[in-house]
Amino acid sequence: MSYQVNEKGYYGEFGGAYIPEMMVPNIEELRRTYLEIINSYDFRQEFIGLLKNYVGRPSPLYLAKRLSEKYQSNIYLKREDLNHTGSHKINNTIGQILVAKKLGKHRIIAETGAGQHGLATATVCALMGLKCIVYMGAVDVERQAPNVKKMRMLGAEVIPAISGNQTLKDATNEAMRDWINNPVDTHYIIGSVVGPHPYPDMVARFQSVISEEIRWQLEEQTGKENPTRVIACVGGGSNAAGAFYHFLDQESVELIGVEAAGKGVDTHETAATLTLGSPGVLHSSRSILMQTDDGQVTEPYSISAGLDYPGIGPMHANLFTTHRAKYLWATDAEVLDSALELTQLEGIIPALESAHALAALKKIQLKPEEVTVINLSGRGDKDMETYLKHFGY
Amino acid sequence: MNRINKLFQEKKGQILSVYFTAGYPNLEDTVPVIEELVKNGVDLIEIGMPFSDPVADGPVIQHSSLIALQNGMSIRKLFEQLKDIRQTVDIPLILMGYINPVLQYGVKAFCQKCKEVGIDGLIIPDLPMDVFEEEFKAVFEANDLHNIFLITPQTSEERLRKIDEVSTGFIYMVSSNSTTGAKTSVSEFQKEYFERVNSLSLKNPRLIGFGISNAETFANACQYANGAIIGSAFVKAMEGSEPLGQKISGFINSIATDI
Repeated sequence: MSYQVNEKGYYGEFGGAYIPEMMVPNIEELRRTYLEIINSYDFRQEFIGLLKNYVGRPSPLYLAKRLSEKYQSNIYLKREDLNHTGSHKINNTIGQILVAKKLGKHRIIAETGAGQHGLATATVCALMGLKCIVYMGAVDVERQAPNVKKMRMLGAEVIPAISGNQTLKDATNEAMRDWINNPVDTHYIIGSVVGPHPYPDMVARFQSVISEEIRWQLEEQTGKENPTRVIACVGGGSNAAGAFYHFLDQESVELIGVEAAGKGVDTHETAATLTLGSPGVLHSSRSILMQTDDGQVTEPYSISAGLDYPGIGPMHANLFTTHRAKYLWATDAEVLDSALELTQLEGIIPALESAHALAALKKIQLKPEEVTVINLSGRGDKDMETYLKHFGY
Repeated sequence: MNRINKLFQEKKGQILSVYFTAGYPNLEDTVPVIEELVKNGVDLIEIGMPFSDPVADGPVIQHSSLIALQNGMSIRKLFEQLKDIRQTVDIPLILMGYINPVLQYGVKAFCQKCKEVGIDGLIIPDLPMDVFEEEFKAVFEANDLHNIFLITPQTSEERLRKIDEVSTGFIYMVSSNSTTGAKTSVSEFQKEYFERVNSLSLKNPRLIGFGISNAETFANACQYANGAIIGSAFVKAMEGSEPLGQKISGFINSIATDI
C-alpha cells in the first residue's frame, strides 16, 4: 500500500482540491509545475545549500540520556528546535519561497497560529526581498506577542484575523480570501500539510528532510537506520509528516502522532481532531475535522496556539484510517508537566507544541532495548509567558 | 421544465437575481424574505446556507452567516422552513453554500429534499468540477437540479468551454477575481472579460455577480449578460430596524425601477 499522494491528489479517500473557481488558476499552476520545479537540479542545489548554511541543517539527533534513564529505554530527540527561527517551519518556507520566485510571484501571504510559521515566512521574505503579509488570529497575536514583534521587525505586515475564534482556522480563512482577491502576483505559503492539493504533498516533501536525516544519523549512532518508533505532535501535521515520511513504507517502524486534547477530549475545549472528528471538507481538502451534525466546523481549543486547529492534513487522516500510524492525545496539564520534565532533565525548553510529543512517553510502554525518536519540533522561547504564568518562577 | 430554464427562455435580459442568507437577520425571516423579494419583482432567488468558514465571502456575508448560525440556522431547519414554499412562490429558487454541510447531510438525501421542497438548482463554489462529474452529477440530474458553475476573469478558454459543456442552467460570471462584496464598479478590464466571454458563443445563458450593488452596476452588468446577481449589497440592506418589507422594497426599487 502506498501512503503517498496519488496522481489525483488523494491519500486514500482524503485530499483533493475543493477550491472555488477564483483559486483555480493559482492552484492549477502550482499543481502543474511543483514537481518539476522542486526536482530540478538548480532548485535542489539552492534548497539544500540554504538548509545547510542558512538554517543550520542537519539538525542534531541527540540521545537524551537522563530522559532515557527515567523511562528505561533509548530516547533520541530530533532537534528541529535548533533550526534558524526556532522550529521545523523554516524547512517548508525555504522550499516554498524558492517555488514562489520560480513562478515569478513577488507578494507572499501566510497564516500562522503560534507565529512560528509566520516568523519562518517573514524570515525568508526578508532573505529574498519579497513583500510579506501574515494573517494571525487576534487571540494568537495576544498570546504569542514575541513572535509578532519579530515578524514586524523582519518587515512583515501582521494582520489580526478577527472572525470566528480568532485563531489558526480563522487566520487560514483570511489568507485564502487574500489569495482570492490577489490572484496574479501572490503566492500563499501554507504552513502545514493542509489545504488543497498539491500543498499537502509539497509541504511534506520539504519537511521530509527531517526523517531523511534521522535515518542516516541513527545509523551513524546505533548502526541501524530504523528506530522502534517515531513520535511527533500533530496540529495540521507538518512536522509529523516530515518525521514520518521516510519511514512510511518501513512497516516495522511504529509511527505515533500526538494531538492536543486541550482541557480533555470529553470537554468542548479540545483540538483532538482524529479522536473526535469525522470526514469532511475544510480549507479545500477532504480530511477529518471537528464539526457539528450540520457540518459546521467547531472551534478548537489548546494551550498551544500551533495545534489549535479543528482539522488535520489528509495524509494523517489516511494514516489514521489505514492504521499505519497511531494517534494519541495529551491534555494541557500533561503537556506542561512534560515540558518541565525535559527542561530539568536535559536543559532544553521545548515549545508547547513539541511537549505534546514528549507527553506520549507517559502513555506508551517503552522497553529497554527499544529506540524511540521524538521530533522536538520547536523551542520554547515563544511560550515563556505561558510557562512562567503556570510554574510561577 | 425546470424553472431556471423556463426563466431564461422567457426573459432574455435584465434578469435580477438576489442572494440572501437563510435565517438572517432572524431565524424565521427566510420565508418572509423570499415572499417579499417575489412581491418586488425579483426573477430568481439564491438562498444562502450559512457555513462557519465561508472562504469565498467578504465581511458582509461572513457576518450574516455567523448571525444566522447563532440564530440556529441549519440545513435541516432550512428544509423545514421551505416545505410549503411552492404554495406561494413560482420563481426559480437556488440554494447556495459550501460543500461540507451538504456532505454531512448526505448528498443523496440533500438532493431528494431539494426536489421535494421545489429547489431548482445549487451553487456550491467549493465543489470542484471533476468531483461533481464523478460523484454528484447523476444524483443532481435524478432530482432535476442544475449545478451552477462560476467563471472568473482568470478562467482559461479551455476551461470555460468545459464548464459550458457541463452546465445546464446558467453560468455564474464572477465579475472580478475576489471574495463577495469586494469591488463596486465595472472597470475596463472587466469589460474586456465580459466581451471576451460573450464572443465564445456559449450555449448557457449568463448572470454576472460579485460587485453588483446599485442601479448603475446592475445596468452596466446587464449590457454584457442576461442579468445580474446582487448579494452583499442586499444583505447589507437588511440591517437596520425598519420592517422587513420596507427594507426589501426600498432596496429592490433602488436597483431596478423598470422590472
